[in-house]
Amino acid sequence: MQAKALLPLAVAAFMVAGAGHAQDSDAVAAGEKVFGKCKSCHQIGAGATDRVGPHLNGLFGRPAGAHEGYRYSKSMERAGVDGLVWTAETLDAYIENPKSLVSKTRMNFRGLKSGADRANLLAYLRSFSDNPANIPEAEPTAKGIDHDLDPAILALEGDPEYGEYLSSECTACHQADGSADGIPSVTGWPIDDFVVAMHAYKDKLRPHPVMQMMAARLGDEEIAALAAYFKDLE
Amino acid sequence: MTMNRRLFMGTSAAALTTLAAPALLADGHGKPRVIVIGGGSGGATAARYIAKDNKGAVDVTLIEPSRTYYTCYFSNLYLGGFKEMDDLGHTYGTLASKYGVNVVHDWAIDVDRDAKTVSLAGGASLPYDKLILSPGIDFVDGAVEGWSVAAQNAMPHAYKAGSQTELLKAQIMAMPEGGTFAMVAPPNPYRCPPGPYERVSMVAHMLKANNPTAKIIVADPKPKFSKMALFQEGWADHYSGMIDWIGPDFGGGNVSVDPAAMTINIDGEETSVDVCNVIPAMKAGRIADMAGVTDGNWAPVNAADMSSKADEDVYVLGDASQQGDMPKSGFSANSQAKVCANAVRGALTGSKVFPAKFSNTCWSLIGTDDGVKVGATYEATDEKIAKVDGFISATGEDSATRKATYEESEGWYAGITADMFS
Repeated sequence: MQAKALLPLAVAAFMVAGAGHAQDSDAVAAGEKVFGKCKSCHQIGAGATDRVGPHLNGLFGRPAGAHEGYRYSKSMERAGVDGLVWTAETLDAYIENPKSLVSKTRMNFRGLKSGADRANLLAYLRSFSDNPANIPEAEPTAKGIDHDLDPAILALEGDPEYGEYLSSECTACHQADGSADGIPSVTGWPIDDFVVAMHAYKDKLRPHPVMQMMAARLGDEEIAALAAYFKDLE
Repeated sequence: MTMNRRLFMGTSAAALTTLAAPALLADGHGKPRVIVIGGGSGGATAARYIAKDNKGAVDVTLIEPSRTYYTCYFSNLYLGGFKEMDDLGHTYGTLASKYGVNVVHDWAIDVDRDAKTVSLAGGASLPYDKLILSPGIDFVDGAVEGWSVAAQNAMPHAYKAGSQTELLKAQIMAMPEGGTFAMVAPPNPYRCPPGPYERVSMVAHMLKANNPTAKIIVADPKPKFSKMALFQEGWADHYSGMIDWIGPDFGGGNVSVDPAAMTINIDGEETSVDVCNVIPAMKAGRIADMAGVTDGNWAPVNAADMSSKADEDVYVLGDASQQGDMPKSGFSANSQAKVCANAVRGALTGSKVFPAKFSNTCWSLIGTDDGVKVGATYEATDEKIAKVDGFISATGEDSATRKATYEESEGWYAGITADMFS
């Protein structure tokens, strides 16, 4: 009785997945073209090996910095330990602006600004992960959405005096002279990178419990103020 | 008592006119004066931030008897063999040379809030416009039956870091094979809530390597303690069978000690011990009491600026303050000091005062590369410093996470001590 009831459901589920897959094939083809930008460092598909960058088979669902045998930056290893897992959402943020998600990644890539390019590239990468059909799609609205912050937020002019006061909360851990020993440096960052990174903590995209907690109660003006202050700190 | 105190004040006022006054007037004429008593996490941070941000517009005097400050945080790591005592020592030279803080190595022995002066053991009387008290903790007399400060060599507290910590470690290293280490844990509230349990972990770590058949007994008046699940998990993992934690259900709150006989009596049962670490109930450092800003054991403060509820020109920071939800920790004192410095600076120079924000994170080491943490953010309400949001390490975390947490704690130590002393 139960088995009979289950069967039609399973068929239905298969059909939905199949339909989704067919729709994605255009994206995969387009993504293969976008992957041209990655090819000089990364291999993917049968026989792929680590080159300048790690091979990208089975990427989805893997913790950051966890592919054995490849020497990652400390920053990438740390992100993995802190809980960063590669999903459609985190990869999208990383590919858009690698250093905003993993500050000192060795991946020397400026980032893909086009949301459509990123969506296609992810569809392509996804097809080389284990059981791609089983990988949960990011919620439909997330797909193809540009992760750019509201330009109004990036355009905010921070008040460095306010930033200096707020920074005293940061310097309980992050050293004002930029030394980084166990806790990363936060001085001298380009303002946009700083703002994007802090908002990524605030939105809980970027992992780390202390930083998520600290960023959670900073408003847009306060993040802008901190960015303005730390940028010029020597 | 009042009479004596008046007489004493009279004498020091005389001393001021003959000795200290010319220098003070010449240096400080026209400038607002801030005196900070206590050069620990709260006091050093407050002195540094006020002096740094005012760039000479305010005279800042820091009164601290010790030439070298040893942090209580990380002193357990010294007991465990992970840090040297020198790693924990910090001096005041940079506060003086880089920021112009007048560092006075003397004891503050009285505060006259009407005259707005502080008396020093050396005889001087210093005037202030704003007084910041950050005296840390003292112990409640008679809190543990049989123990007093006179017995602290036989049974160290090691809860003010330095010689006491070194003494405790020497005693642990000299324990006979299979000997017994006992700890009397304190009741709430006290400095560094996870501190006694990190200490138990570090002592166990040391004994496991050097004296693996030794035993640890903890008599505790509290049914629950900070990071309890994390510590108990770690003790089972690293030090199985070594630690006997006796909570109040089994008489852990009914304890007396005999330092001459080296015995501890827990709920009527007497045990001979080789080392006994007595951490008594705590209260605000004595100068807060002498200044008349305490109510019971602690000094109540206004959350918005850390000013005393008894006097708007006196501020109390860190362990000594009764502020609400923040734990008594070096991180908390540092956080409160910055809020206070901003308010004091605003009151004296008219600079902009920003709204108070507080935070705290406490890291603890359970074993080699096995670090855990707990933290929270806070805001000022009319009644108290109130918790906003928090997190704690999870039980069962993988070893890479724990190692990263320990490494992060080392980075934090470097960061926060730089924020106070460099």
